Amino acid sequence: MNPVNYLYLSALLFTIGASGVLIRRNAIVLFMCVELMLNASNLALVTFSRLHGTLDGQIIAFFTMVVAAAEVVVGLAIIVSIFRTRHSASVDDSNLMKL
Amino acid sequence: MNSLIPLLVAAPLAGAALLLLGGRALDRFGHWLATGLAALSFGFGLVLFSDLLGRDAEHRTVTTRLFSWVPVNGFQADVSFRLDQLSMTFVLLITGVGTLIHLYSVGYMAYDERRRRFFAYLNLFLAAMLLLVVADNYLLLYFGWEGVGLASYLLIGFWQHKPSAATAAKKAFIVNRVGDLGLSIAIMLMFAEFGSFAFGPVFGGASGASEGKLTAIGLMLLLAACGKSAQVPLQSWLGDAMEGPTPVSALIHAATMVTAGVYLIIRSSAIFDLAPDAQTAVVVVGAVTLLFGAVVGCAKDDIKKALAGSTMSQIGYMVMAAGLGPIGYAFAIMHLVTHGFFKAGLFLGAGSVMHGMNDEVDMRRYGGLRKYMPWTYRTFAVGYLAIIGVPPLSGFFSKDKIIEAAFAKGGTEGWILGLCALVGAAVTAFYMTRVMLLTFFGEKRWQPDAQGNAPHPHESPSTMTVPMVLLALGSACAGGIFAYHDAFLKWLEPVTGHSEGNPPFGSWTVSGLTTACMLAGVGVSYLMYGRSPVPVVPPVGSPLTRAARRDLLQDDFNHAVLVRPGSALTATLVFFDSRGLDGFVNGLAATIGGLSSRMRRVQNGFVRSYALSMFGGTLLLVASTLLVRSF
Amino acid sequence: MIAHLAAASGTTSTGEAVQFWVLAVVAVGGALGMLLMRKAVHSALCLAATMMALAVCYMAQGAVFLGVVQIVVYTGAIMMLFLFVVMLVGVTSEDSLKEQLKGQRFAAVLCGLGFGVLLIAGIANARLDHFTGLSEANAEGNVPGLARLIFTRYVWAFEVTGALLITAAIGAMVLTHRERVKAPKTQRELAEQRVRDNLQVPPLPAPGVYARHNAVDVPALLPDGTVAEDSVMATLRARGQVRDVSQAMLRRMAELENSTADWLGRPSSERPAVTGVRKPLEPAGANHVNHTNHTNHTNHANHVNHTNHTNHTNHDGDEEGVR
Repeated sequence: MNPVNYLYLSALLFTIGASGVLIRRNAIVLFMCVELMLNASNLALVTFSRLHGTLDGQIIAFFTMVVAAAEVVVGLAIIVSIFRTRHSASVDDSNLMKL
Repeated sequence: MNSLIPLLVAAPLAGAALLLLGGRALDRFGHWLATGLAALSFGFGLVLFSDLLGRDAEHRTVTTRLFSWVPVNGFQADVSFRLDQLSMTFVLLITGVGTLIHLYSVGYMAYDERRRRFFAYLNLFLAAMLLLVVADNYLLLYFGWEGVGLASYLLIGFWQHKPSAATAAKKAFIVNRVGDLGLSIAIMLMFAEFGSFAFGPVFGGASGASEGKLTAIGLMLLLAACGKSAQVPLQSWLGDAMEGPTPVSALIHAATMVTAGVYLIIRSSAIFDLAPDAQTAVVVVGAVTLLFGAVVGCAKDDIKKALAGSTMSQIGYMVMAAGLGPIGYAFAIMHLVTHGFFKAGLFLGAGSVMHGMNDEVDMRRYGGLRKYMPWTYRTFAVGYLAIIGVPPLSGFFSKDKIIEAAFAKGGTEGWILGLCALVGAAVTAFYMTRVMLLTFFGEKRWQPDAQGNAPHPHESPSTMTVPMVLLALGSACAGGIFAYHDAFLKWLEPVTGHSEGNPPFGSWTVSGLTTACMLAGVGVSYLMYGRSPVPVVPPVGSPLTRAARRDLLQDDFNHAVLVRPGSALTATLVFFDSRGLDGFVNGLAATIGGLSSRMRRVQNGFVRSYALSMFGGTLLLVASTLLVRSF
Repeated sequence: MIAHLAAASGTTSTGEAVQFWVLAVVAVGGALGMLLMRKAVHSALCLAATMMALAVCYMAQGAVFLGVVQIVVYTGAIMMLFLFVVMLVGVTSEDSLKEQLKGQRFAAVLCGLGFGVLLIAGIANARLDHFTGLSEANAEGNVPGLARLIFTRYVWAFEVTGALLITAAIGAMVLTHRERVKAPKTQRELAEQRVRDNLQVPPLPAPGVYARHNAVDVPALLPDGTVAEDSVMATLRARGQVRDVSQAMLRRMAELENSTADWLGRPSSERPAVTGVRKPLEPAGANHVNHTNHTNHTNHANHVNHTNHTNHTNHDGDEEGVR
């Protein structure tokens, strides 16, 4: 098997995640889709690391994880505070920023 | 002594400023203040006059520089004054007649609640007019020129509640603008040609300039003179200007301001003398206006408009004389001064009549007034005799000299001009006799007006009669004094120069002819208006009469030649502007606006929608990257 | 592990291939499940499965440390955080599948397909038939190798990451912190206020109906058969997660009475009427049935209920077990 298959898997997962962001309305699920996209790119980075024989790809994947963790913390806090005020976790309900 | 010259201007200017800014506190005595300042200015004028008389004839030009006005490298305009015999004559006329008319206005405007403002404007006029005549360069002259234009505008439209007055003021202002344009172009030409517009360099350099340029300058100056002096073709404003209060008509639109054009031409004599074509144009304008004004004066039933036609005609005499060159300059000024006396007197008389007749102006509703207003009658009669040129009153001497000078021009030209002037004299006698007969003789024809108020003709108060008497004295004696041993000619000769020309016959012959023409005019007029009762409703009259009643169709001409094409042009431009330019711009704006409101729907507030566009953008980026890479 | 064995050639070992195909199916299935499940909690569980599969993939490719971190941090911490929030928001709340934005779903699918095709085409176009492998880079172990890089070449990024984490922690606290304007009320004060307001002095009714239910989302029934709203906790009411069983209960009571009457041979006039259709319970402060026209209402609905009897019993499937 060619390790390129990992890249195909990564592309597939990324696409699924991106489509999920567009389709799902629940803010939490939407967030999970973003996480899936990040994971897919991590997989690609790890595969690249292996292809090139250096560890830099893994380092970048590691930083991606850290940033993702920080992002999740803040994002979920935002979701919770929005839910508190608007009693809804749907991103379609927060649509006041328009003309 | 030189320091008095600025004071001459400053006194009335201070009066104007005080009265305009002083507020109601000055209502009680403001008119006396203004009159006093005018008299003060006259006093200064007398002092300066005596000073000039004390000098040699050759050293009577006094200049004084007050301050540098517009110093720009090669363009040096100073506020500097020049007082010579010509200016002095004007100063005395302006301040003298001006003071008398101030005095008259005290009585005439006694019941006008805006009297203070009126006197402020009168003072403003005096200041501007004095500035005009004592200026030592054309730019300062232009300043005064515009100043008198402004004062004239303000005073014609003084009763601005009357639409006719407001319109007349606007008309006068706009027509004057045309003339002012000529003056400004003339000044520009002078600066281009001589590098200066001060009198000294311009007159000194005139002999070195090409005739074509001098002709151009001269024609532009003539245009300016036509505007200010109501000469054909810019004459149309003067008749309407009679909407202003009568003292204004007397001072500005008869005695002083309208003669500014004559002053300008004679002041620029150095240019005109070297530009014969321009001189010819001046003569033609003067001769045409002379007859034009006289014909109009014959047909008008409005006493002030009849006098306005007369003014136009008399100024036509002056302009014609001014166009004759050194033969006529001095006589033009002489006639100007005597005209200042008798025409001011006539207008004041007319004002006095109106004052006693509930502001009625139609002469056909007067009649037999000599019994009711004896002083007005007497002074008016003196003015009348003076203007038609009955010897030995002043009009005789001055007009006679102009006719003489016209003949002295020599050749066919001299004959044509002389005959024009003679005809003018006859017509003058005709219409002035008509005014006299209609107003003071015959049956009384006045009736109660629409409100049932019958006029009660009465003599005017002494503030009005005293100036009239003084002006009548001037009308009677000035000519004789001026002509005595050619005193006036000798006084002006150092400035204007003089030549006798080549008269085809002696001066006594001309005097005889003039007197004969005058008598003929008087006789015809008496036959027409003195023998039979005058109808209150004007008869239809001949086509000429009807045209003359409409100012010889001047307004129709202007309307057809200037207003209508102008309006059409404006309408075209407006159409082009609103449909073409605005249409394009508005269409563009509407397109953008429509596109924007479509685009606005993209901004729907749904974060998923934005994510979709982001994702679509990424898609395009990836696609284009791959596309580029694949080639 | 397997990666260590892989030579610097174009292919991997067969074992890894087998492992990959299994994991790939799990990962894609988890991703699709996350995308398609209506309940957020199911989505979270599916995502956790995908992440686990990815963690194994990392390890298989020689990224041992990352694989562990993936499991510990992602699956263990982040996904748990997600689950917490899901619980806060409502574990049973479902997404409506109806799309509200016009064309959004179609465009999303189109974009997704296009994007996937492009990515895969791009990868397929790249010449990736040779790979180096990590045996050399991991010679002294994966973790020391990573550590060497992190603390030398990437030390600045690492420090900045620390700052980012601190900021995120503070941000989360600030966002969810609610300022308390006045001191919290003590229990005594609460009791006093309850008496003062005189709205609900005794304790609220307990949920459950005739001891046949012990679920907190089933409201108690009042003697007339209507629902006691107060018996359900406010959070459930706010979410609309109140289960109204009053109809079924009353019907069953009536059936019980009828069968008793049948057995005793009572005349039909003494039998109770079967309670009619009530208005569906509305969440949060639903108004009770108007008592004045209650009997009228019941009689009117009698016939309807009898005809639909079998239907109703079949529908109330969740009550079967209790019976």
